[in-house]
Amino acid sequence: MADITLKQNEQAIVDGLKERLPDLAYALERSCGQLALVVDRKDVVAVCAALKELPAAKFDYLADLCGVDYLGRRDARYQVVYNLYSIPLNHRLRIKTNVSEDDCTVESVNGLWKTANWHERELYDMFGIEVVGHPDLRRILMPDNWEGHPLRKDYPLKGKGQREDFSFVPENERRPARKPVIKSEEW
Amino acid sequence: MGLIEHQFEDNFITGTVDGLINWARKSSLWPVTFGLACCAIEMMTTGSAHYDLDRMGVIFRASPRQSDLMIVAGTLTWKMASVLRRVYDQMPEPKYVISMGSCASCGGIFDTYSVVQGVDQVVPVDVYIPGCPPRPEALMYGIVKLQEKIEKQKYIRK
Repeated sequence: MADITLKQNEQAIVDGLKERLPDLAYALERSCGQLALVVDRKDVVAVCAALKELPAAKFDYLADLCGVDYLGRRDARYQVVYNLYSIPLNHRLRIKTNVSEDDCTVESVNGLWKTANWHERELYDMFGIEVVGHPDLRRILMPDNWEGHPLRKDYPLKGKGQREDFSFVPENERRPARKPVIKSEEW
Repeated sequence: MGLIEHQFEDNFITGTVDGLINWARKSSLWPVTFGLACCAIEMMTTGSAHYDLDRMGVIFRASPRQSDLMIVAGTLTWKMASVLRRVYDQMPEPKYVISMGSCASCGGIFDTYSVVQGVDQVVPVDVYIPGCPPRPEALMYGIVKLQEKIEKQKYIRK
């Protein structure tokens, strides 16, 4: 943390956040010139709310919300990344939080930014991370009856055979699969 | 034709019923628009002024009920496959299917969990057009090939 030099506006954001949340545990990272704030999972909503309100931050726009799967990191396999942008002040910040495999949940930020609704549904659909407090947590890209979460690193690229399920085609018109069905172990 | 030549009044043409039906069918192939990906852009180009599918009697219809050809243009995902089948079932007979592009024919580069590896697993395909995406000329060649196929069909004599 010590080797990160903060720009003036970034220093103001961090100072304001410290003032608002004195007990907050956080770490700073810089990637491609952009500052990222790594916080604990339980603090995410409080940090986001503070960053939205603070006069030095004014992050009124959630540009993106994504998940990352670091397969092999047992205690913190997943990471959820919030990309914030401030329209009045024209600056950006990332919030990162680690999610463990055993307790695969995050709290919803839908109350702060309405756009989080669909982003969190995608997070749930692709990574299987449950979003607590989400008003309508359904799959958004995959069909409702899909099994598994495709962007998890241990999900086989060619699927688990569900793409070969043509039960909606009348039986006399069905054809054998052209490519051999891939076993789920091979990926 | 020697015996019946000059036996009728002017403007009489003799031929088979099969020939008449096939001529009518091949000359007014109305495709239902089923653009799924970038192939649809090429399909639209083929229909527009420069290539002009209308001169071959191919007029795009927005409803499967008015169509006798389905051009599956693009990547078919598993989520969309049942929709494709339903649209195909809604088309009246006779109906034909053109599989346009690599993705529709065999999944193309998308050998992944959500992509159907060839639309022939969902609907019976008459003509496959290779290409990624196929040029408009290729689509027109495919339509001409389908017309040639329709010409050879037999209805009265099996």
